Amino acid sequence: MGQITLQGVQKSFGPVHIIKGADLDIADGSFVVFVGPSGCGKTTLLRLIAGLEDVTGGAILIDGRNVVDVPPAKRGLSMVFQSYALYPHMSVRGNIAFGLKMAGIARDEINRKVEAAAATLNLTPYLDRKPRELSGGQRQRVAIGRAIVREPKAFLFDEPLSNLDAALRVQMRLEVTRLQKQLGTTAIYVTHDQVEAMTMADKIVVLNGGRIEQYGSPLELYEKPANLFVAGFIGSPKMNFVTGEIAKQQGAATIGVRPEHLKVERDGQGGWHGTVSVAEHLGSDTFLYVDAGPLGMLTARYVGELDLHPGDRVSLIPDPARIHRFDDSGKSIHA
Amino acid sequence: MARMVTTRRKVISTAAAWLVGFLIFFPILWMVLASFKTELEAFAIPPSFLFFHWTTENYATVQERSDYFHHALNSIIIAGGSTLIAMLIAIPAAWSMAFSPTKRTKDVLLWMLSTKMMPPVGVLVPIYLIYRTFGLLDTRSGLIFILCLGNLPIVIWMLFTYFKEIPKDILEAARMDGATIGRELIYVLTPMAVPGLASTLLLNLILAWNEAFWTLNLSTLEAAPLTVFIASYSSPEGLFWAKLSAASTLAIAPILVLGWFSQRQLVRGLTFGAVK
Repeated sequence: MGQITLQGVQKSFGPVHIIKGADLDIADGSFVVFVGPSGCGKTTLLRLIAGLEDVTGGAILIDGRNVVDVPPAKRGLSMVFQSYALYPHMSVRGNIAFGLKMAGIARDEINRKVEAAAATLNLTPYLDRKPRELSGGQRQRVAIGRAIVREPKAFLFDEPLSNLDAALRVQMRLEVTRLQKQLGTTAIYVTHDQVEAMTMADKIVVLNGGRIEQYGSPLELYEKPANLFVAGFIGSPKMNFVTGEIAKQQGAATIGVRPEHLKVERDGQGGWHGTVSVAEHLGSDTFLYVDAGPLGMLTARYVGELDLHPGDRVSLIPDPARIHRFDDSGKSIHA
Repeated sequence: MARMVTTRRKVISTAAAWLVGFLIFFPILWMVLASFKTELEAFAIPPSFLFFHWTTENYATVQERSDYFHHALNSIIIAGGSTLIAMLIAIPAAWSMAFSPTKRTKDVLLWMLSTKMMPPVGVLVPIYLIYRTFGLLDTRSGLIFILCLGNLPIVIWMLFTYFKEIPKDILEAARMDGATIGRELIYVLTPMAVPGLASTLLLNLILAWNEAFWTLNLSTLEAAPLTVFIASYSSPEGLFWAKLSAASTLAIAPILVLGWFSQRQLVRGLTFGAVK
């Protein structure tokens, strides 16, 4: 079991409030991603759950038990660090076995578990190597091995893939997701990369300035962002925001349209008019950055190749069903 | 763009390194050679390099006139003792400053370093008088005490830098893995700190072995280490180059051997923090 509940969790470092009251319910076996810009408090929140930092206020419940006064090792969680944090003087075997050894488990059983974990992660040939003799991806797998071997209630991942190159990152992303599904263990994963968040998560927690802005499935966040921040943070390229008269006609202070929900027409009728300022041709997609005069710069995405070039006049027609409306305070208005 | 490393460049830099190395080593080589010459040949002009009458009579004379082993034993006790005590004080001090620093940690470190900026001769008279009052003059414990105090700031600084280099993540990983403070110390921290401890120990040993100011001023016979042994060969009646060289060779031999076998540790110790 690995059900984690946060109730009004707060953290301050001196006068600085990092976490300003977080409430969250993480279901057993789910994969939850904390995402947000740097400095939003996502790593701090993870470290509070891990027990590496003490909470200033509130409660953290693991399977119904408040653990705020329980030391990290007794919480039954394991953590994968951004820097891997492997023990440099121990072999891969020693690294993976360390937690079990500390728990006083019999040598035979340790060996059996370490071999099993190594087999799961394709680390068997490297068991007797030192971390410095491994590549980045292999080190990352050792760090994951160290986490899974203890059969924890939940995995905590602190930006584990950010030190890997782009290709390896995609591969490890898949491996981590597959492993988590296979083990069925709750996972909390911190990242600043919204693509990682969207692809890996069952549920995403969007954090900003020490507050939870929204908690929901990736598609909920994409389709029904709770506010301007989430709308702008989730989705790539970013959502277009338009204020002023056009927004007022829709009964909102701001309206938002995603680039993929703007229909591009070569100097057509209706919609919003503008001049192409930059056109990016990726083959599979065409991204247009359009100077729409009083509306500002708008981004449009067209699936496939569109033969448009800087200086061309275009009209952009928003899909009326896909227009997001926000009030003065930035909150979503739902019809 | 990476810098081009051509063969010519390599040859030149290797040659330059050898030249610098030889220049630094030359006085020691010259001293060893002079110790095997007669007094007359030792300051002959032009000097003879290898082709002279080799003799070991200087060593015999030196051992006859002053007891090498007595001084050597003093050196070992004083250098070893002061190093051990300094390490015992410095390890917990550096440890706490590296792993639970406070607002004042930087100030404390700078204050310690600042004590090394004062020339020792400035406090010679008061220290001498204190030592005389307490009967510490010409005692091994007196020398151990002063050398320990003198090297403590450097030892603490070195250890602090080492401990600082141990990533906090690894300690946190150990805590997540369920290691208690004691086991964290034994299984994780100490193995990672051993290279740092070893090179600090070695450097401190060499510094204490070579320390001449306090040993010359605070000891005469009973507690006199090898520095005093060497100095006794420069006398008002004139210098006896060959005998002085023989005494010096004998005095530096142990530390030279130690240094030779531990050069990797020493280099690592001295460049620690500079190279990742």
